[in-house]
Amino acid sequence: MALLEVRNLTVSFDTPDGTVHAVNGLSFDLDPGETLGLVGESGSGKTQTALAIMGLLAQNGRVSGSVVFRGQELLGMSPGELSRVRGSKISMIFQDPDSSLNPYLSIGDQLIEVLTHHRALRRREARARAIEMLGRVRLSDPEQRMRQYPHELSGGMCQRVMIAMALLCQPDLLIADEPTTALDVTVQSQINSLMGELSEKSSTAILLITHDLGVVAGLAHRVLVMYAGQEMEMAPVDDLFADPRHPYTEGLLNSVPRLDQVRSGILNAIPGNPPSLLELPTGCPFAGRCLYAWEQCRQLPEFEKIDEDRFKRCHLDALPTKRESA
Amino acid sequence: MLKYSLKRLASAIPTLFLLITFAFFMIRIAPGGPFDSERALPPEIEANLAAKYHLDEHLVIQYGRYLWNIARLDFGPSFHYLDWSVNDLILQGAPVSFTLGLLALALALAIGIPIGAWAAFRQNRAADYSVMSLAMVGISIPNFVMAPLLILLFAITLGWLPAGGWEFSPARMVLPVITLALPMIAYIARITRGSMIEVLHASFIRTARAKGMPSRNILFSHALKPALLPVISYLGPAAAAILTGSVVVERIFTIPGIGSYFVQGALNRDYTLVMGVVILYGMLIILFNFLVDLVYAWLDPRIRYDEQEA
Amino acid sequence: MTEATRDAFSQALDRRTIRGRSLYVDAWHRLLKNKAAVAALIVLATMIVLVGVGPMLSDWDHEIPDWDHYSTPPSLETGHLFGTDALGRDLFVRTMIGGRISLLVGLVATLVSLVIGVSYGAVAGFFGGRVDNIMMRFVDGIYAMPFMFFVIVLMVVFGRNIFLIFVAIGAVNWLDMARIVRGQTLSLKNKDFVEAARACGGTEMQIIRRHIIPNLLGVVIVYVTLTIPQVILVESFLSFLGLGVQEPLTSWGALVNEGAQELETAPWSLLFPASFLAATLFAFNFLGDGLRDALDPKDRP
Repeated sequence: MALLEVRNLTVSFDTPDGTVHAVNGLSFDLDPGETLGLVGESGSGKTQTALAIMGLLAQNGRVSGSVVFRGQELLGMSPGELSRVRGSKISMIFQDPDSSLNPYLSIGDQLIEVLTHHRALRRREARARAIEMLGRVRLSDPEQRMRQYPHELSGGMCQRVMIAMALLCQPDLLIADEPTTALDVTVQSQINSLMGELSEKSSTAILLITHDLGVVAGLAHRVLVMYAGQEMEMAPVDDLFADPRHPYTEGLLNSVPRLDQVRSGILNAIPGNPPSLLELPTGCPFAGRCLYAWEQCRQLPEFEKIDEDRFKRCHLDALPTKRESA
Repeated sequence: MLKYSLKRLASAIPTLFLLITFAFFMIRIAPGGPFDSERALPPEIEANLAAKYHLDEHLVIQYGRYLWNIARLDFGPSFHYLDWSVNDLILQGAPVSFTLGLLALALALAIGIPIGAWAAFRQNRAADYSVMSLAMVGISIPNFVMAPLLILLFAITLGWLPAGGWEFSPARMVLPVITLALPMIAYIARITRGSMIEVLHASFIRTARAKGMPSRNILFSHALKPALLPVISYLGPAAAAILTGSVVVERIFTIPGIGSYFVQGALNRDYTLVMGVVILYGMLIILFNFLVDLVYAWLDPRIRYDEQEA
Repeated sequence: MTEATRDAFSQALDRRTIRGRSLYVDAWHRLLKNKAAVAALIVLATMIVLVGVGPMLSDWDHEIPDWDHYSTPPSLETGHLFGTDALGRDLFVRTMIGGRISLLVGLVATLVSLVIGVSYGAVAGFFGGRVDNIMMRFVDGIYAMPFMFFVIVLMVVFGRNIFLIFVAIGAVNWLDMARIVRGQTLSLKNKDFVEAARACGGTEMQIIRRHIIPNLLGVVIVYVTLTIPQVILVESFLSFLGLGVQEPLTSWGALVNEGAQELETAPWSLLFPASFLAATLFAFNFLGDGLRDALDPKDRP
């Protein structure tokens, strides 16, 4: 049985300009110990999906569908029940580590409260466990860190603290929302390898949200490509990179700068902009930017199985032969 | 921490110097002021002033003496009450004024913070709108309007509380304290609401919720401290507002405090008394701002850190 | 695949492209959607018309007593809509005349503080560096002072004169304006669009006219709206203490003072001027809040 089953998830927001449809009928499964990469451009609904699973949507957000975690429906759970799941069985780390930690509390206080709340540990035991965990995320001098405040640590160190905090209770699921986007490139690779290492050692499943395909290639087992709040393509990571079946996936892969191309001044960005989430087009949302769009794209294609473990939402049977990019 | 405190205190000295200099020259250019050579004063006062400031000496020396006397907290002889020094008058009024002021401040904090926080939790709902509208009423009705209205309602119409006259008793303090506190309750509620809403939208609150902390825990150990910082900063201006308000309140409720003496002094052109009170109040406000800075630094680890670095 | 189809798609997608909206037109529309602010505007307009023409509509004068009616309650029969005071003077006319003074003081003193504050703040912000440091130190110094007492001292020393009230209040009330304008100027000066304008070869004058002033205007408008009630309040406070406007002129503060003394015998003599004063302050504060919300582009979705 899957650890997490998301079915027909929709998330929308009431704003003064109208209703923003952030996630539109998303479904996917996540198995225990698996790492699923959720990729797409900004505004594709990745983060809102994660927040909806966690029950952390903004006040004007509305959610429908179903999110079943270990046989339990999470949507519509009472705040009390939810607070027993969050931080204990499901943890989340965020994009901006500096502002995700409370600037007014010491690192130690912020770690310890997780254990005193979820595991009913006494402060001293909790402290020992917290120090041990800081060691496991490779922070130097853990005892000293416990007394420090977030502003005394670098962004990379803060993200290590966030990871330690998320793993304190050995959760079944870790949701990582762009965990390295706000960090320096060298720090990014350190944090990525730390996450890879930790996921191998523990049985924690990871929902990895990112727009960085390099990160996905390194960490994920499977990849779900999102666009305008819908699934475009889902495949095991190697297959997706070797053989993209959806024009959007192809566009994303082509837009990753490669050293040989950058030198010759070529950047293959996908032309145009994502559709407005206020008024979604009735047909395929990507049609307006798609190189291969045709009449039939006025109807929304199904998200259908095309191969073992492979799904896509496109009317094309196969992508036209790749034109060699100069 | 000590270094920080001393630095803050030192930065207040020029302000105080500015204030005293302003006071000296104001008194000097005032027609009929004590340092005015064409003055016509009762001989007793003239003798007192001459003894204290050596009025025949050079202006700079008189100024020096004035500074020196203020430094020793000696505000000189009253210009109107023949046998009184300004110090006597201030000391006599101080206990009443300070009791009322501190009670009003405590009341304002005790009521303003909870209702502001409550409005923040009910943001854009009926409770929020009603609290904020009431706060706007509190801010818009001046205390010299509020005081007679309160007297009209509670003393004259309902007869629950005494209207005027003064003695040191709770019944006589209720209305003055409420009058002083009302606008501050309104300000503090608005400030608390604003900062609480901002804090509740902060990323670190989302983290705390993601950690599964219960709402009560999030409010008290994560949100309250940062939400209170703007309220702490407001206490400086609040102190000034109380001092100003006390002038009105003491006059309306006929309370023999510093504020009453000040108004009397202003109407009688008792320059030394007026300047004495202004300088004293300036000192109090500086002292209060200093305390506020200390509390702020104690609450906000980032300020402590910056000071260590510096 | 056809270009035409793709264009059709793009057009469908772009239909909601946001039109460029001028900040101030936009703000005006947002203000009109704010019911409290619109109500405040209506109250203020009514108030100005009322104090402007009100005294002419009455048969009575604000100085000459009605010898037949001392401290009479409001009544249509006597023609004293708001009643009379202890000296037999018509309170409707006195409230209107008092309102003229209060509003006039509010406008003139705000103008004084506007001129001083904006020039001081703009100079400090535009030059920055040491000039800014010294200028703002001075402001901080005065800021820590009990401002109301300063005004009282000025009134005591220089005598009670209506022009002095304008100047004294304005001269003391400019600090906020200076701080805000300075902060805005300082941050605008370093904004990318100003850098861009400079890089495109704009002269200093052009930059100030095209970029600095329009962006300052918003905060200044909000602050003016919030300063007027403050100033009215200060004047009323002074008049209430007997240090402001002198007889035969009057203001709402002076009327409240007189009313408070006849509280037990003639409560109407307090209630009418007090409610006019409170309503005006209320309206200005609401309008200021509404303007601030309307002009703050941060909130624009």
